Parts: sequence; structure tokens; C-alpha cells
Amino acid sequence: MSRIVAAGQGLIDWVDERFPLVSTWKYHMSEYYAPKNFNFWYYFGSLAMIVLVLQIVTGIFLTMNYKPDALTAFGSVEYIMRDVSGGWFIRYMHSTGASMFFVVVYLHMMRALLYGSYRKPRELLWIFGCMIYLALMAEAFMGYLLPWGQMSYWGAQVIVNLFATVPIVGPELSVWIRGDFLVSDATLNRFFALHVIALPLVLVGLVFLHLVALHEVGSNNPDGIEIKKNKDPVTGKPVDGIPFFPYYIVKDLIGIVVFFIVFFAILFFGPEMGGYFLEYNNFLPADPLQTPAHIAPVWYFTPFYAMLRAVPALFGSQFAGVAVMGAGVIILFFLPWLDKSPVKSIRYKGPIFRTALAIFVFSFLVLGYLGVATTDVWGKMPEVLPIIGGVEVATIVSRILTLAYFAFFLAMPWYSRIDKCKPEPERLT
Amino acid sequence: MMKMAKFKNRAVAALITLAAAFTAAVPTAATAASSGAPLLHAPVNLKDAVSLQRGAHLFVNYCMGCHSANYMRFNRLTDLGLTEEQIKEYLLFATDKVGSPMTIAMRPADAKEWMGKAPPDMTVIARSKRPDYIYTLLKSYYVDETRALGWNNLAYPNIGMPHPLWQLQGAAQLKVEDKESHGHTVQVKSVVAGEPGLMNAVEYDRAVGDLVNYLVYMGEPWKVQSSRVGIIVMFFLSILLVFVYLLKLEFWRDIKH
Repeated sequence: MSRIVAAGQGLIDWVDERFPLVSTWKYHMSEYYAPKNFNFWYYFGSLAMIVLVLQIVTGIFLTMNYKPDALTAFGSVEYIMRDVSGGWFIRYMHSTGASMFFVVVYLHMMRALLYGSYRKPRELLWIFGCMIYLALMAEAFMGYLLPWGQMSYWGAQVIVNLFATVPIVGPELSVWIRGDFLVSDATLNRFFALHVIALPLVLVGLVFLHLVALHEVGSNNPDGIEIKKNKDPVTGKPVDGIPFFPYYIVKDLIGIVVFFIVFFAILFFGPEMGGYFLEYNNFLPADPLQTPAHIAPVWYFTPFYAMLRAVPALFGSQFAGVAVMGAGVIILFFLPWLDKSPVKSIRYKGPIFRTALAIFVFSFLVLGYLGVATTDVWGKMPEVLPIIGGVEVATIVSRILTLAYFAFFLAMPWYSRIDKCKPEPERLT
Repeated sequence: MMKMAKFKNRAVAALITLAAAFTAAVPTAATAASSGAPLLHAPVNLKDAVSLQRGAHLFVNYCMGCHSANYMRFNRLTDLGLTEEQIKEYLLFATDKVGSPMTIAMRPADAKEWMGKAPPDMTVIARSKRPDYIYTLLKSYYVDETRALGWNNLAYPNIGMPHPLWQLQGAAQLKVEDKESHGHTVQVKSVVAGEPGLMNAVEYDRAVGDLVNYLVYMGEPWKVQSSRVGIIVMFFLSILLVFVYLLKLEFWRDIKH
């Protein structure tokens, strides 16, 4: 036994002389000190990593049988589902994983909003996170074209046409993106290339940077105070910190198993999720000559889609809506410098910030609903009213909520400063 | 300490409430076709092998004249308890290869020229159009001499496809009634039996149910297997959860709060 241990140690020493194995392990795992008070919200970072790995692995197996060709793409997906051993399982892992990726990433971002994880010194960490979100949106959008169903096709058509609204260069830009004058085989082929090679590389790279930045500054926590300020004078380790390995590894295992229960329940019992994860119309093959009556993007894009539809045309161009939609994502990048509150965590922030955050979350969710619904879902305003008479209620609500969404960010420098905060504790509670 | 636990629970509770409210407010995503009239409920039961066998028989005999099921192989029907010999004898007409897909001889380009629009492939039609809609559609045909092929449909007005099961159902007629509702007179349209076909009304309902059941099966032939595996996976993960939780408790015993 001792001989085996000695041999193992010998191997580690051999590697360590040539590669920083033990020091890397210590830096990122056994001597990475994380605050000991992580709660429910802190599961979603590791879950996002798990889903990323799942997507990459299942994606590799899907590419073995998928055909990026307008004539055979739809059929090749059905071939995977029917004739490839375990194909339906792999494909449903990938399609369920796509939606669940956004579920965990949205909850992960919500955590940052709750506890001020974007604040100094974590600005770069937050920015890498926003870039991951942006890359994930591009990845999901391009992946959605690949099954080549009606919603794949017309969704891509609508989104690429958004670029055509850019003044002056727009039309050429959209042709350049599509590689054709309409979404076609050329588009499918290049989206495939971007979906399976380019964007996954970008995503993995960004996740690496995200983790490097995290381990440099250390994790935030539900109290929003820095554990590094209070180190043990003898050991030099944070008093309120515990090593990530083994403590948070074993804790995250619980989160992973609970997540898998949800994930596999969806996969085995209802992978379409009532038409939200897999849209019903996407089981019709793409038909460039037949526009569906109702084109809705997948649920994770719908808040931004609702913003796009809420903005009226300006000088006969929809560009204003496209700009607002883009700004809705880009504004996230500036968050670290918009929050002027003296405290980080929602626990010690005052009533104004709490209300603002609640309104923001409400706006995002209702916009998300309005993005899947048709614009006449809530009927029209009574004709007798001036100006807004006869306008669709959903359109007016989307406009108000779009304003609320942006007000959360743009008014933050003001309301976060005047808010009555509670004093932060010295130690974790 | 208490405060933290309280906040944590409140945040989680708020999240769950929001999620629940949201799910309740959101109807299932809109389906393709809408005619305003409520849909009938299709009697789908994927464990009823006899119904599925009858449905397969109807599909091959009454649908596959025009509609293909290109992604489905004949020998997959062994799922339904049929042997390959039975499939060859009762369901194979155009080929003798039991492993071949359920293709048809009519080419889409020809079909488009003859009928204006090629009849869609049926493999996953129940996934896009939904079972209740197909069930309602097949029960809503009526004789309409003003239409080129003599048929119209309440669920899909001016449908291109003539009644595929008219021999079974017979020539159903449209009945228009004036009904009083909240002081207004409303026209209520319904389909009533006309010249009888090979089946009576009960038999026809069952036949349409079988056919739709089969179409649902064909859309996801792995569905029954999927639910079975799913239950095993849920069981395994629940057990694993207990042990993972105990593991965490054991490791965290030495952390002072």
C-alpha cells in the first residue's frame, strides 16, 4: 500500500517539476477560500458549467449524424431521433439543455443583482459574465436554425432582418450575415460552423476568463462584505472563508442532483415544455414560401423581442426598436458604475433599491410573456380615449415596462445614492 | 443567524411564487391553426397497442395514398406488438422490404402540379398540429357542393384535402341553427350524420381516435420507453440525493456558523 502511495507521490512530483499541478489545484480548489454563507442562489454558477459541458458533449454526438444542408437537415434530425441508438435522448439533452442553460444563467445573474456581485472589485468578472451571456444568445440563436423547421427558419429571417434596419449599411450587412438574399442553405451552413466551432470556443474562453477573474478577487456572498478584510493573523487565511474543495464541491453536488431531477423530468416526461422549449411549429419543415401567422422566438429571447415590438417606427424605420433591444443587453455592462450605493447586498440596501429591483424583475418577466403572446392578447384600449384609444393594451404595457426596465439602470446612480441603507456587519451573519 | 435563514426562505419563496404565478398566467404556446371553435379531445393512449395497430392499418390504407411518413420505418411497428411477417402481410403494399421508410410513390413536385400543394409528410404532424386539432378536423367534414371536390370542413374552412375517410363516415351534412344567446341570435354550425358509410357513428369516432393515436405514436415512437426510463432515472436520482445530502452534512460538520 505504502509503495503505491509512494509511487503516486513520485508521479505527482514528476509532473510538478514540469507543470504547476499541485499549486494550481491549491489555488483554485483546496486553498481557494469562499465565504461560508453561500445560500440557494450560489448553486447556479456551477450548474451553468455543468450545462455547458453537457451541451458540448451532446453537441459532439449530434454532429456525428446531423447534416447542415437545407434539403436534409430536418430529416437528419428525425434520423437522429429514430435511427441513431439513444439518439432521442442525446437530442433532447441538447434541446432541454439549451433552455435550462438560460434558466440557470438568468438565476445566476439575478444572484449578482441581489447581492451586488458586480460591484468593485468584481467589475471585470461581471463584464466577462455579460460577454458570456451575449455569446450564449448568439450560440442559441444559431443553434435554433439547425433543425430547419418553420420557426427555425422564420425566426432567423426576422432576427437577421433586424440588421437590415441599420442605417446606410443595413441591407448589405444582412446579406453578408446570411450569405444570400434570404435565409438559405448558405445561411444554414455558416450558422452550423459558427454554432459548433466558433462560438463554443469563444464561450469556453470567456468562462475561463470569468473563473480566473473570480479566483483573483474572490467570491462575493449574501452579505456583500469582503472576507479578505478579516484574515487570521497566524495562518493569513480569511476567518469566514472555507476551502472550495471539499466543502463547496460536496455542497454543489446537492445542487447538481436537484438540477438533474428537474432536467431529466423535463427530458423524459415533457421535452417540449408545452411548446416553450420546442415550439410546435418547428416540427414543420422550413418553407421559404409560407410565412407562419405568428412568429415567436424561443422564451429566453422574448423580453427583448417584446421591447423591439414596443418601440414605434421612427421615420419609417424599425431601427429605433432594434437599437432599444440591443441597448437592453448592452446596458448590463455598465451596471458596476451605475450603482452608487454604499453597500452591496440587498440585505442592507434600502427600500428604494428593493422596490426598483422588484419592478425590474416584474418588467422582465411580463415582457417575456408579451414576447411570446400576440400583440392583441389583451385587446385594445377603448376608442373614446385620446391618443391611446384603439391601441393594443399589450403594446402600451410593453412600452411602460420597457421604460421601467431602462429606468432601473439609468436612474440607479440617483436612487441608489439617496436610498437609506442599513449598516453592513463586520463579519458574515 | 435566524435573520439569514429567514431572508433565504423569503427569497426562495418569492421566487417560487413568481414562477407559479407566471406559469399560471401563461397559456400553453399557441398552436398553428385556429378556427375559433373549441377543439374536441382526442383519446390518445400510447399503451393501447390494439388501438395503435388499428390506427396503423387506417393510416396505411387511407392516408398513404397521398401522405408519406418518410422518417418512419415499417419495421418500427414491431413496437406495437406486430411481427415483421404481419407487417409485410397487412401493411406493406408498395415494397417488400420491411426496413424501408414509409414513403409514397407520388413525387412532391407532381403532387404540387396536380393539387396546388404537395400533401405534407405525416411523420411528425401530430407534434406540430397537435392531436386534438387533427381529431377535430377528421370529425368536421361535411358535404359542400360549392367546393371543387365536394367537401368542406368546419374546423378548417375551405380545406384543400377532401374527406379521406368518407367511405367510413358517409356523407355528413352541415346543420345551421339559430340560437338565442344573451338576447342575440347566434348561428351555430354543426356536422350531423347524412348518408351512412361503412361505420356507424360510434365506430367512426373510435376509428378517428385510433388514427390520431397512431399519428401521436409515430411522432415520438420512443415515448413509452422514455416515460419508463424516466421513472427509473427519477428513482435513482432521488436515492442519490439522500446520499449526497448526507455526504455534505458529514463534511460540513466541522464548519462553525
